[in-house]
Amino acid sequence: MSIAVIDYKAGNLTSVVKALRYLGANDIVVTQSPEDVLRAAKVVLPGVGHFQATKLLHDLGLTSATREAVEKGTPFLGICVGLQWLYEGSTEAPETKGLAHFAGACERFPATEIKQVDGKEITGELKSPHVGWNSLEDIRPDSRLLAGIAPGSFVYYTHSWRAPVSADTAATTSYGGAFTATVERDNVMGVQFHPEKSAETGLRVLKNFLEL
Amino acid sequence: MLTKRIIACLDVRAGRVVKGIQFVDIVDAGDPAELAHRHAAAGADEIVLLDITATHEGRSTLLDTVKRTAANLFVPFTVGGGIRSAEEAAAVFDAGADKVSINSAAIARPELIGEIGSSFGAQAVIVAIDARRAKSARDPVGEAEVYVSGGRKPTGRRVVEWAREAEQRGAGEILLTSMDCDGRRDGFDCELTRRVSKAVQIPVIASGGAGNAQHFAEVFKAGKADAALAASIFHFGITDSRALKGEVAAAGVPMRLPC
Repeated sequence: MSIAVIDYKAGNLTSVVKALRYLGANDIVVTQSPEDVLRAAKVVLPGVGHFQATKLLHDLGLTSATREAVEKGTPFLGICVGLQWLYEGSTEAPETKGLAHFAGACERFPATEIKQVDGKEITGELKSPHVGWNSLEDIRPDSRLLAGIAPGSFVYYTHSWRAPVSADTAATTSYGGAFTATVERDNVMGVQFHPEKSAETGLRVLKNFLEL
Repeated sequence: MLTKRIIACLDVRAGRVVKGIQFVDIVDAGDPAELAHRHAAAGADEIVLLDITATHEGRSTLLDTVKRTAANLFVPFTVGGGIRSAEEAAAVFDAGADKVSINSAAIARPELIGEIGSSFGAQAVIVAIDARRAKSARDPVGEAEVYVSGGRKPTGRRVVEWAREAEQRGAGEILLTSMDCDGRRDGFDCELTRRVSKAVQIPVIASGGAGNAQHFAEVFKAGKADAALAASIFHFGITDSRALKGEVAAAGVPMRLPC
């Protein structure tokens, strides 16, 4: 049973494939073919970079293939831009539609944030992109992807756009307010962080996905 | 909460980790792959491998070393040294790097920053700046100068301005090394780091001068650094990242702990 890792020319797939192999997945197909996606036991959509790059998914027929695959129950994991693509779209590339499996659109981090300093609220500058290790909070107890991961566990991020928090959110991270760190409904999942670069916690996430 | 990053840096020459004092005297410190894994296991948030002689001797980055080091390394991994084109960067990514660090080549041809970014994303491009204070100037920090070719050649460019240009051209992070402080273990250049950090939105990694936990706490607090890098402090068993992070956290700086 193969794992299809979708290559849509958005950044580097090496690390994701390497991590999956390390965890024992030896039948990995790096692909742009809708047939491979439909045939696969599981589908991973990695991605760093611009939301615009997901346009290629539509052009190659991968959007409809993904829709069909997830409807028949194939586990799907989107990483970073791959998570964002599961929503309706992103202000980063308003012309490019997402899969719209989850409601809402991705927006840029605000330029400022309200901070509590000595009991007073002050407005501080919020740097963007959000780069580095941040903690997972509000982990939904029924999340299969995050099984065994404790609240407060750290994962590695690098992004400027983020998905809104909704009922499908399985964990949040706080940076200028809470955003969706993990989204999960049935067989469709996404992580905004990079599990392939998040040490033991990240490997646990990928292992959970492989064991679904 | 977003934590500040402690980055272990491996300066590599001819496939071996070395550490110079103020860019010159070289001491052998071991095998890059072995040290990278040891650092990651000891709690380093990120690993940087710099092929320090690549530009100088015109050699290309040792892809083999990169491949060996990247194997089973599951924290962010940056490679720098001698990357002159988007094609060379692609080969380094292919070997397993998550980010590349460019220095002399970005000064020579600033378009390179955007070229690598357009294929691999801005987050994958670190612009490294080797800086030296302008000692005789009225504002030695504001007029600090960019050096290239492993710190051998002054460029006449001001550090803060170059950092800003690099950001505009699509750099994802700035790796700022103080040549004045490098190798002395006497503390980072907090004032220079603060000026650069205030001038750009992207993360600034402070480098050069790490000697103890207090130095890290200072560069995170006063220097406004988002990450700080150290090499020699780890290699000779002075401290490991986990112990260091414990001390930095005790000084009030958010750290990834336990790790």
